[in-house]
Amino acid sequence: MIKPVVLLTDAFFFVLIGLFVAYLFYARSRPHLRLIWVKFFRNRVAIIATIFLISYFVVALLDSLHFHEPLNRSDPQGKMVYSNEVVSVLDKLLWRLRTQSEKTYSAPFATHAYVKEISIEENITRQYYPPLIYGGSHLTHPEQKSADILASIAQGAGLGLFAFIIIYLAVCGWHAHRYKRPLLQVVSQLARGQTDLPWRVAFATLMFLMVIVAAVARLSLDYHVLGTDKIGEDVLYQAIKSIRTGVLIGTLTTLIMLPFALILGISAGYFLGKIDDLIQYLYTTLNSIPGVLLVAAAVLMLHLYMDQHAEEFNNLTKRSDLRLLFLCAILGITSWTGLCRLLRAETLKVKSMNYIEAAQVLAIPKMSVLMRHVLPNVMHIVFITIALDFSGLVLAETVLSYINIGVDPTMHSWGNMINSARLEMARDPVVWWPLIAAMIFLFGLVLCANLFADGVRDAFDPRSVEAKA
Amino acid sequence: MIDYLSRRILYAIPILIGVNLLTFALFFVVNSPDDIARMHLGHRHVTQEQIDFWKTERGYHKPLLYNAEQTGFSKVSDTIFFDKSVRLFAFDFGRSDSGRDIAHDISQRMWPSLAIAVPTLLIGLLVNITFALVMVFFRATYVDFWSVILCVVLMSISALFYIIGGQYLVAKLLKLVPISGYAVGTSAIKFVILPVLIGVLSGIGAGSRWYRTIFLEEASKDYVTTARAKGLGDFYILFRHILPNALIPILTGVVVILPLLFMGSLIIESFFGIPGLGSYTIDAIAREDFAIVRAMVFLGSFLYIIGLLLTDISYTLVDPRVRLE
Repeated sequence: MIKPVVLLTDAFFFVLIGLFVAYLFYARSRPHLRLIWVKFFRNRVAIIATIFLISYFVVALLDSLHFHEPLNRSDPQGKMVYSNEVVSVLDKLLWRLRTQSEKTYSAPFATHAYVKEISIEENITRQYYPPLIYGGSHLTHPEQKSADILASIAQGAGLGLFAFIIIYLAVCGWHAHRYKRPLLQVVSQLARGQTDLPWRVAFATLMFLMVIVAAVARLSLDYHVLGTDKIGEDVLYQAIKSIRTGVLIGTLTTLIMLPFALILGISAGYFLGKIDDLIQYLYTTLNSIPGVLLVAAAVLMLHLYMDQHAEEFNNLTKRSDLRLLFLCAILGITSWTGLCRLLRAETLKVKSMNYIEAAQVLAIPKMSVLMRHVLPNVMHIVFITIALDFSGLVLAETVLSYINIGVDPTMHSWGNMINSARLEMARDPVVWWPLIAAMIFLFGLVLCANLFADGVRDAFDPRSVEAKA
Repeated sequence: MIDYLSRRILYAIPILIGVNLLTFALFFVVNSPDDIARMHLGHRHVTQEQIDFWKTERGYHKPLLYNAEQTGFSKVSDTIFFDKSVRLFAFDFGRSDSGRDIAHDISQRMWPSLAIAVPTLLIGLLVNITFALVMVFFRATYVDFWSVILCVVLMSISALFYIIGGQYLVAKLLKLVPISGYAVGTSAIKFVILPVLIGVLSGIGAGSRWYRTIFLEEASKDYVTTARAKGLGDFYILFRHILPNALIPILTGVVVILPLLFMGSLIIESFFGIPGLGSYTIDAIAREDFAIVRAMVFLGSFLYIIGLLLTDISYTLVDPRVRLE
């Protein structure tokens, strides 16, 4: 049996996902909320972005299910002994990538190392490119490589397509069963795009994604698709592992700052007077400190604190986890001011509405008015801001890691990858693949997040409804 | 006007005090000066004498807030709080932890920062507004649609990639300009071109999309409908009606960041080896020189507050409808 571990950031992430799922169920039963999401899913670009975003989140979630592996021996009391290392479900899924390390740099799809080695045989010094331990090791002749790669791609893509067709038929079958319609009709209607929501786009995206993932997975059995880095670790593995860091920074920061922004913003706008002055003073002060500097100052202080109390942070995983959480908290403190200001302005607007006045006249308690009348009517601002902030936070992580005030250097993150790639770009010949790999994965996430945010804004912003009507 | 201004300036003072207190708490209360000294002297095997010497040399040996050994006003003034925090109000930045005069460094390093930041801002403004105007002129066509997509793609690329990619392409492969460095006088141009170019490029996505929104909002107003009803041409309306009105939010947005230009850009300066305030800050963070970071936090906040003040003034200057009460 394995021994599960829930790190702090894992717990927060689970809470976040739980909240989101709960919200979805809540929104499903409310016609006005349902309408917004239907509007959102009418937008084709938003659907494509959502599907990619979900796949990023699934990877992050798999990487957040941590556990200790059992070792194959028992201690004297007959209890199981567990490994000290914390691994995630994702690690287990990617065990080949994780364990098949080379000695040092190797280019994508390479069969031989990137750096020459020197061997001395019978007093003759010879420089040569040593063959890789795993990459392309099944080939007998290097000439077979391109044919083998093509065959692998075809095989993987075929498998992906097959899996997709099964899912497609299963969804159609479920639909046909539920609404008592002939299966063939459902299948053809979906394929011709004759549905209310653009389901065809969603399935096309899913097919694309599954084919690509399957092909890459098949290739990575025999090759290092994105090469290996200085210590021979697979770059694809690093890039995938970094997804969790990126997603967590983008979401946990918001989760941490949300209570502050909501409570302070709404109470400033609703109660006005002294409370408003105080809250405005608070956020103007925090806002006037340049963000990077505040983050830097706080993180430097954390480093110092951790150094002084080294004995409490001796567990490597726990330490990097705590640093990630703290970074999210700091970023949250610097970024709640914007949302707070928006919420205050919106509350001011809502407060002058007739239904609030009616509620006040009916002597409904203040807390009820706030929770039942004000909060639901400012929530669209919260959703739009969360979606818009996400991409900025993911990008901020890379910059902060470059200044060494980001996540722990031992943690997989795109920022750390880019940071170490800087020196590799100055090498001759250039080692370009870690940088490109990090950039592609980062770009994918940020682009999807941006497109998703645009969709959310269009669907949630009441002004956009008026503009189109 | 004067009355309003003085009120705004008075309002800025408590904010600066707040910033000051916050940084003081962050730098001296979370970790004691002893901890800072120990970190600088190498964590282990440090004797108390060494720590005391290090602290005395830099003035960290005094009590934090209240000095009971002194008499009169010195009870308050002979403390770390007074020396390191209150003096900032007089722009007395003191010495860095490595013993250099911070005020002197700032006055030296300000100019290279400006040499990068000012052209980046001006060229960026020109490019972004032009691009946004093109998008608005072709609004609701494929030109507009794909331009917006292009903007989203551009703003999804990390600034680091623009820098590393630009350095590699322009400086290393094409060898058009040096990779990094700086020179004084007119020969600085060849060092400045690439950072400015990259600064502009990395800002196009977000910038022109933002300006497009402003223009579109302006274009949906009644006076534009009136102008169209009068039979004015699209081009004329765009440049004579929409542009001047939309410039108001754009200009005030620019005014806020004007003072902050002194601070320079953190990563661009550090990548290109520009000896400006941005790289100064980064170096200080890397060396964990808290005195400099503290000074920069205060300077940054001060400049931001100046920026807010300038924004209020500029509103009245460009928009006759706004009056300061």
